Amino acid sequence: MANDAPLMEARGLSKYFGHVVALEDISMDVRAGQVTCLLGDNGAGKSTLIKIFSGVHQPTKGAMALDGEEVLFNSPRDAIDRGIATVFQDLAMIPLMGISRNFFIGREPTTGVGPFKRFDVKKADRITREELDKIGISLRDTAQPVSTLSGGERQSVAIARAVYFGANILILDEPTSALGVKQSAMVLRYINRTRQQGIGVVFITHNVHHAHLIGDRYTVLSHGHSLGSYGKGEVSMTELEKLMAGGKELEKLEDELQGSTAAGSEESANGRG
Amino acid sequence: MAQSATGEKPVRDVGALKRLMTRPELAAVAGSILVFAFFAVVAGDSGFLTTGGTASYLEVAAQLGIVAVPVALLMIAGEFDLSVGSMVGAAGMIIAITTTEYGFPLLVGVLLAFVVAAAVGFFNGYLVIKTGLPSFIVTLGMLFALRGLTIGFARLLTGRTQIGLSDAVSGNPLTSLFAGSIGDFSVTIVWWLLLAVLGTYVLQRTVFGNWIFGSGGDANAARNVGVPVSRVKITLFMCTALSAALLATIQVLDAGSADVLRGTLLELQAIAAAVIGGVLLTGGYGSVVGAVFGALIFGMVQQGIFFTGVSTDWFQVFVGVMLLIAVVFNNIIRKRAAEAR
Repeated sequence: MANDAPLMEARGLSKYFGHVVALEDISMDVRAGQVTCLLGDNGAGKSTLIKIFSGVHQPTKGAMALDGEEVLFNSPRDAIDRGIATVFQDLAMIPLMGISRNFFIGREPTTGVGPFKRFDVKKADRITREELDKIGISLRDTAQPVSTLSGGERQSVAIARAVYFGANILILDEPTSALGVKQSAMVLRYINRTRQQGIGVVFITHNVHHAHLIGDRYTVLSHGHSLGSYGKGEVSMTELEKLMAGGKELEKLEDELQGSTAAGSEESANGRG
Repeated sequence: MAQSATGEKPVRDVGALKRLMTRPELAAVAGSILVFAFFAVVAGDSGFLTTGGTASYLEVAAQLGIVAVPVALLMIAGEFDLSVGSMVGAAGMIIAITTTEYGFPLLVGVLLAFVVAAAVGFFNGYLVIKTGLPSFIVTLGMLFALRGLTIGFARLLTGRTQIGLSDAVSGNPLTSLFAGSIGDFSVTIVWWLLLAVLGTYVLQRTVFGNWIFGSGGDANAARNVGVPVSRVKITLFMCTALSAALLATIQVLDAGSADVLRGTLLELQAIAAAVIGGVLLTGGYGSVVGAVFGALIFGMVQQGIFFTGVSTDWFQVFVGVMLLIAVVFNNIIRKRAAEAR
């Protein structure tokens, strides 16, 4: 596994919306077989950054590079064509639609020729069943609506879809933020498996615990600026948390609570929530 | 029903039954059976069960069903077309005026009606996409504008609002194609069934069908994965308008006359048929089969009441009540489908 050369680099990316500076001079890289965590509080610019990665926005300054070569994405299609798959929070899944129909929407397998070309429902069902079996979701009926799946399962299906369609860079937008502990664990376990396949994962989160569990590298954003990138072991969970919140908020809380276990109690609070 | 091999698991039978119970068209199919049984008992002796009776309610159902099929598809794609009724009036007038006033062959008139319908449908779709306004509003505008144009031009060009064209129609091969009969049954029924089969095939078995579900279920999500949502919707707006032109052709050739008021209220009946058939008003869910049975219920109720001898004034009461009951049932079924594990 060539972990040295980055699959994707952000080189001094800036994005302005009129006078609003959404991002200023962000550099980071994504490597094969690694999970790069993008951390930051709400409004830190995480969403803007991944929208640049996925071709939704174009950077005002700076550039992106794939395998060392600078690229410009004019549309989400460009990014997808270059193997960058983004799983947004809406998951691009349609709740009332069947699972296999969702899995293949926009990229339906076909059979037959000319006017008899049709959606290969059997193939779609078979592949969906196989791919979901791989991630431990066994379906009775691939036509059942996506809404019958749990949140973690839905997230996993969305990831499985991106991987199936040949992503080598997978961008996950807050995949665990709406999930409980068990469901989050399911998704994190699956992210780990994805990493082991040699895919470069960008994992956006504001949950330091999840990031620390799964991350190989961390980039912290605050108010559109990068507070630095760190490798695993170069930074502790507490330090990450302080970086994210600008430190002050949590220190204040720590003082208020007069304890040194603010991080731990927050975790259990999240967990039960 | 159990058309997909659901695997060799022991739960298979339960799954098939459960799946049947969560089909969108369940209420419409059950409703059709109930309505049929009701009129078979109440009006069985007075002709409802005869070949003639059957042919008459199938004819009514077919005329509505021809439009209800594409209307259902459009609704599944998340849009309404309230202009189909006006389109029927307009298309009929186009056929009548071109053949009587200008002496064109019937075929030219019919083709022109279809071309105009395609253009109107395209315009509806284009306007909905470009303005981002709800299609309810855009096509409501078209409902009035198109009816007004039809009445205005008819009076301007011919001085009348009803035009007979029996001479052009009688003996024309088009007449047997659009308004002929097979035994006691009108050929309209064949058109209806053809469209129903085609619509079901497109929705369930083609890529375009998957895009229809996607466009209506979540247009944004669908766009993000590369579904050409605008193209899907515009195409379907053209299909609803074209189906109106087909119905107009059938009516004009059958009656040998055109009337500017043809198709009045058809748009709402088509929507009602689709909704009775389990199509979700907000899109993304439903079936063509459901709309077909929705239209069948309409036909049976309308003609059934006639056969009971009760004043047909009561028809709309029946329809309104049916609609409400069906929607309540459909909601329950859909919730079960969405939650079933």
